[in-house]
Amino acid sequence: MQSPGALEISRRDLLAASAATVTVASAHSLGHAQTKATTAPQSTKVTFTVNGEGRELQLDNRTTLLDALREHLHLTGTKKGCDHGQCGACTVLIDGRRVNACLTLAVMHEGDSITTLEGLGQPENLHPMQAAFVKHDGFQCGYCTPGQICSSVAMLEEIKANIPSHVTVDLTAPAEITPAEIRERMSGNICRCGAYSNIVEAITEVAGRKA
Amino acid sequence: MRAFSYERVSSIEAAARAAATTDGAKFIAGGTNLLDLMKLEIETPTHLVDVNGLGLDSIEATPEGGLRIGALVRNTDLAADERVRRDYALLSRALLAGASGQLRNRATTAGNLLQRTRCPYFYDTNQPCNKRQPGSGCSALAGFSRQLAVVGVSDACIASHPSDMAVAMRALDAVVETVRADGTKRSIPIADLHRLPGDTPHVEHVLERGELITAVVLPKPAGGEQIYRKVRDRASYAFALVSVGAVVHPDGTGRVAVGGIAPKPWRDEAAEKELANGAKAVAAKLLAGARPTEQNAFKLTLVERALSAVLVEAKG
Repeated sequence: MQSPGALEISRRDLLAASAATVTVASAHSLGHAQTKATTAPQSTKVTFTVNGEGRELQLDNRTTLLDALREHLHLTGTKKGCDHGQCGACTVLIDGRRVNACLTLAVMHEGDSITTLEGLGQPENLHPMQAAFVKHDGFQCGYCTPGQICSSVAMLEEIKANIPSHVTVDLTAPAEITPAEIRERMSGNICRCGAYSNIVEAITEVAGRKA
Repeated sequence: MRAFSYERVSSIEAAARAAATTDGAKFIAGGTNLLDLMKLEIETPTHLVDVNGLGLDSIEATPEGGLRIGALVRNTDLAADERVRRDYALLSRALLAGASGQLRNRATTAGNLLQRTRCPYFYDTNQPCNKRQPGSGCSALAGFSRQLAVVGVSDACIASHPSDMAVAMRALDAVVETVRADGTKRSIPIADLHRLPGDTPHVEHVLERGELITAVVLPKPAGGEQIYRKVRDRASYAFALVSVGAVVHPDGTGRVAVGGIAPKPWRDEAAEKELANGAKAVAAKLLAGARPTEQNAFKLTLVERALSAVLVEAKG
């Protein structure tokens, strides 16, 4: 028969064990949580520019650029969708080029210039692409929209720089802005609400205005 | 994601040395595949060597009339290079058929070659997978295998190589240049870079620990009609069920490499000798010894039909 003391200890052990399980589970799911597994430094200082403003962060090496922007710099315009580079909700511009912020580490961007949706336009000063998305109803729930807008702005620059696409008929001819080209080039941005048709209209309008 | 230490390197020698002398070290360049796998703890490096500062990001003409493509040249830049578009259209087309605009802006030439399979059981850490956990078994043999390989497979693994770019590189006879940890350099024909699974599917290529790809060299342009035809479940942003990369000359001779059907870009010079005899003859040789599953046996027919379409297109 167990003494009451022994029972109390085992209950305390049980509680401690439960708490430890919770800690491990949340560290796993958050990804960027701090745990020291080896003796080498697990964090790194990184300095980059975000929307024109110099930023310096000391970050756990595991921190993705996406988590650095959202959780450390509180720029929550950039969205986390799949977190595996499949949906495009996290699209930001690095030195003008669109990338999935979820699939790159923040510490890999020393000296880089990053632009998020907040840097493209503000509520009182919309970027033409933002205004066109509003005008053409290029969204329903809006979750993919920041990624769509960052992606489309950079995508038009890619066409301007004569970067071809899978649907470009003649690789040696200048790249054109057509609905087929826009659809192919935007395939890395998924819209679960299916606002694609209106998104293409918004982008087409902005492209026309620029041309 | 498991914790890891991180360093930026500025010389090729330092990079190779760091990767060879640190337990559990890996190179990171674009990171689009490695980080995905690290989040799932399929890859668990304890140290990352960031090679993005090595400056291997230019495309230069070689004295032999070809191109030397730096290991860090991004997929977008390689596909858009004027010389590649003009003289190696197959490569440009293959690159543009893969991934998304965002991923191509980050993914590198060397990283594309070394990316891992997208076999669903390699990704599902709750299931046995000999590639992820040697000796644990292959869940794909009796599982979902629509995307997986039909040739070059073994009882241990039927994973397919996912790259489009590598298929073009194989057809174009690219050569991979590397530097080993002791500073010695070597050139590896792309045909010899990837290994077939046999009973060690976790060993996917011939590179040694710490060995860094520095460039991929294309021989002088092959000429001919260059076509990349990719068949997939969506019109964009999906891996190939079957892809055909071909160079077809006016006299009907040429080269063919096939993607989506094997653990590496699949090419057979004996099959190419059959090009004048049509797609059926080529496919028969290419797929000799195929071991499809019930779910991916359709690829045998699809290879022949895709090849047939390519040969028709080549004739104009």
